[in-house]
Amino acid sequence: MTDRLQPGTAVRVRAAFPPGHVRTPFFLRGKNGRIESLAGDFPNPEELAYGRPGLPRRALYRVVFRQSDLWPGYPGKTADTLVADIFEHWLDPVP
Amino acid sequence: MSHPHDDIEDSGYDDYQLMAEAIGEILIDKGLFRAAELRRTVEAIDAITPALGARVVARAWIDAGFRERMLADVNAAARELGIDAGPIPIRALANTPGVHNMIVCTLCSCYPRLLIGLPPDWYKSRAYRSRAVADPRAVLAEFGTVLPDDVAIRVHDSTADLRYLVLPMRPPRTDGMDEAALAALVTRDSMVGVAVIDR
Repeated sequence: MTDRLQPGTAVRVRAAFPPGHVRTPFFLRGKNGRIESLAGDFPNPEELAYGRPGLPRRALYRVVFRQSDLWPGYPGKTADTLVADIFEHWLDPVP
Repeated sequence: MSHPHDDIEDSGYDDYQLMAEAIGEILIDKGLFRAAELRRTVEAIDAITPALGARVVARAWIDAGFRERMLADVNAAARELGIDAGPIPIRALANTPGVHNMIVCTLCSCYPRLLIGLPPDWYKSRAYRSRAVADPRAVLAEFGTVLPDDVAIRVHDSTADLRYLVLPMRPPRTDGMDEAALAALVTRDSMVGVAVIDR
């Protein structure tokens, strides 16, 4: 398991498009957010979906995004946010 | 909203319905469970109503210690009330005067089923799943929920291994009400976050 990402860490969701059962929504790929918290360690759903054990468990993070960073011309308010649960292997720290 | 005839006309099975039917038949043929057990399980799932979640919310409104435990672990807090919220971890999202939470599952239809029952058709629709994340204020307005500009909206996409339950704010002028009366105020949609409780 890699080092834990601490709350507040700026991250970018990987802009990757592998085939298979992936729980990272397309609309978040390539987007920047921040770690809100660690949700826990869970078997990798990309493995589980094909009858494999999904081990070792992967860290799952609650990642918060500013809506204005997700959608050009977002019609809501600047304080609006979105939180999604993203596995560690889909997150890169932003220097 | 749903079309009334869909539910009373057999319009054939789609591929996924056929697969579900076939897997059920195979598992029954193999003796893993019996048809009556499958029926009872479906019946039990269908019987869950938002009243369970409402009891948890009402207790959190009247008991600050319970509220803290609920915010730490909804499943454990529900267990205190004799409610089995299942093995999937559920997190409470507490609304405040400055932040309104709402839930969606953009990938499928993840929903805190063991506390508030099966999701409504609109929750599973592509329209809700795509628009709740891109323009939540417009979606809320269509549900009759217009929030002040200084209330931030936080949308929670249930993408993976957690489920979410919105903890609505206790409505004003409810000081004298007992727990059961408070629970009766708590609606399904307020726990999904597409509504607020205005008595």
